[in-house]
Amino acid sequence: MIHARNLPFITTLAIFVIAYALCVLQFPNMLSTRVIGNLLTDNAFLGIAAVGMTFVILSSGIDLSVGSVIAFTSVFVAVMVGSFGVHPLTAFIAALVISTLFGCLMGAMIRYLLIPPFVVTLAGMFLARGAAYLVSTESVPITHEFIDAMMGFYIRFPGGGRLTLLAMIMLAVFIAGIFIASRTRFGANVYAIGGNIQSAELMGVPVGSTTIRIYALSGFLSGLAGIVYTLYTSSGYSLATVGVELDAIAAVVIGGTLLTGGVGLIAGTFVGILLQGLIQTYIVFDGTLSSWWTKIVIGILLFVFIVLQRTIIWYSNRQLAVRQLKEV
Amino acid sequence: MHVITRRLRRLAPQLIALAIILGVISLVAPGFLTVSVQNGRLYGSLIDILVRAAPVALLTVGMTLVIATRGIDLSIGAVIAICGAVAASLITEGYSLPVVIAISLGVGIACGLWNGVLVAILDIQPIIATLILMVAGRGIAQLITEGVILTFNDDTFSALGSGAFAGIPIPIYLWLGTALIVGLLMRRTALGFLIEATGINRRAASLAGVRARFLIFAAYAISGLCAAIAGMIVTADIRGADANNAGLWLELDAILAVVVGGTSLNGGRFSITASLIGALIIQSINTGILVSGFPPEFNLIIKAGIIIIVLTLQSPAVMTLLGFMKFSRRRETLTHGTKEATR
Repeated sequence: MIHARNLPFITTLAIFVIAYALCVLQFPNMLSTRVIGNLLTDNAFLGIAAVGMTFVILSSGIDLSVGSVIAFTSVFVAVMVGSFGVHPLTAFIAALVISTLFGCLMGAMIRYLLIPPFVVTLAGMFLARGAAYLVSTESVPITHEFIDAMMGFYIRFPGGGRLTLLAMIMLAVFIAGIFIASRTRFGANVYAIGGNIQSAELMGVPVGSTTIRIYALSGFLSGLAGIVYTLYTSSGYSLATVGVELDAIAAVVIGGTLLTGGVGLIAGTFVGILLQGLIQTYIVFDGTLSSWWTKIVIGILLFVFIVLQRTIIWYSNRQLAVRQLKEV
Repeated sequence: MHVITRRLRRLAPQLIALAIILGVISLVAPGFLTVSVQNGRLYGSLIDILVRAAPVALLTVGMTLVIATRGIDLSIGAVIAICGAVAASLITEGYSLPVVIAISLGVGIACGLWNGVLVAILDIQPIIATLILMVAGRGIAQLITEGVILTFNDDTFSALGSGAFAGIPIPIYLWLGTALIVGLLMRRTALGFLIEATGINRRAASLAGVRARFLIFAAYAISGLCAAIAGMIVTADIRGADANNAGLWLELDAILAVVVGGTSLNGGRFSITASLIGALIIQSINTGILVSGFPPEFNLIIKAGIIIIVLTLQSPAVMTLLGFMKFSRRRETLTHGTKEATR
């Protein structure tokens, strides 16, 4: 029997499969490995950021700084490599260290100053975007043989599709995320904090260090997403990726994670990302629809899923009440 | 007299912060505080702050009420875009001014009611409920403008954004007037009190006979209405509706203004005046950085820095620490006193 908790995930998966089948019926070419490969590559940075967001939301927090941190990392890497001639690998490591520390700092502010995550990460969003402007306000292109080599590395599918390095990084992040969430102590702590922070604290969950590590993880993954974005666009631009945090949150919610925390699956987020990518691909294939339909459709999807979640919670509460009545 | 001092004590941190910020700017940029009359109209950086603060101040009024009910409204930036698009398209189609204003306000209220339905009836978490309209709203605005920046040439409508009456720019009237009406409605009737009760404990308030559902509805509707007025000001000011950029991230500025104003995101006690001072603080920082001659790149990072300092000083942890220090000092004097007495 399917647990009611996993019902949103199953629904998302079913909707994705049905939507994809409908798309294929209309445009048989959408089944090609080329489209699938592009779907993964185009959404790689969003997927990586969404994994971090899933952890944050599972702990009943929120991270609004994601888009700005991506922009900062991409500008930082581009300027380090393009203007200062630093080796890309060094720049990557420096960017990851900065973004992780940034996440740590936000986590510490949330934990020790008791300011709500929404406000802290909102300030963090301004700070990271401001730091990106400080680094450069222009679009900085980068070319380096190491980066060319990274971009030239891919696995060819039968049918001409390519699994690029960027897509591989995203898939690896998702697999690691699923492992961390379901098989490690840290993952269990995240679920415990999201379920009920007081119970978690009384049970002996190290709430402080876990909170900091959650936001550090989100910062790290935002940094990684920024690097992937830099590779994807071969440039860094401080005005880029505005509002990516909203796309990430939408993917997490569509993927069946409860925004109240404690319930959800990383795999669900993956399907959420694919569903968003599918909408965009469909709009490109169709050719007559404008790109802003993406936003409206995502809004409608969000609405459907949220109502679905409410119904499930309402239904399971009722079942619980009925069972209690029977026992009496 | 007693009421006034109590009010001032409540507003003191915000007023001091505003005074410090204005003081620092006037040190860096001489002539900042001068206000002159040109062509029968007031000019100067201070007036500029009051005019530029209009959209955020309007949003802040609605946001304060929503936050007092323990909610949050992320959609108002998108509502600005929708209402701006509606107003601009009606103007270009030649409708008369009262019709345009009435329909735009109606659309804003409708957006607010949509949020109200999700939050009050379907019991969806406010962040998520309003996220739907935040994401979809700009798409809807694009639908109305058909993907272009709709420009118009209508002097009576654009007066809403750039006109002046009796020497004072019209946006100032609009936001002060709205704040005054909403403020009186809240504080001269029991509405504000009931909203606070709902925000502190919705269940308890409902059990005590407060119509919590209706109040939450009303808060979101007022928020939508304020966003509609702000949307018209923004549109009238630039004489065009930009569905992509109108009101972009203004909801975040409004939330910050409320937080800086000392209203807790956990609902309950609220002060519209304090929130408005918060909005003025944020706008003073924006204008101040511009007139001080800093490169615009520094704008956001300085703003973020100041906000983080204000937030840290206001945070529950620091407040508890301060309260503890005050308490231990009082105990020290007490024990001193008893020692003296025993001696």
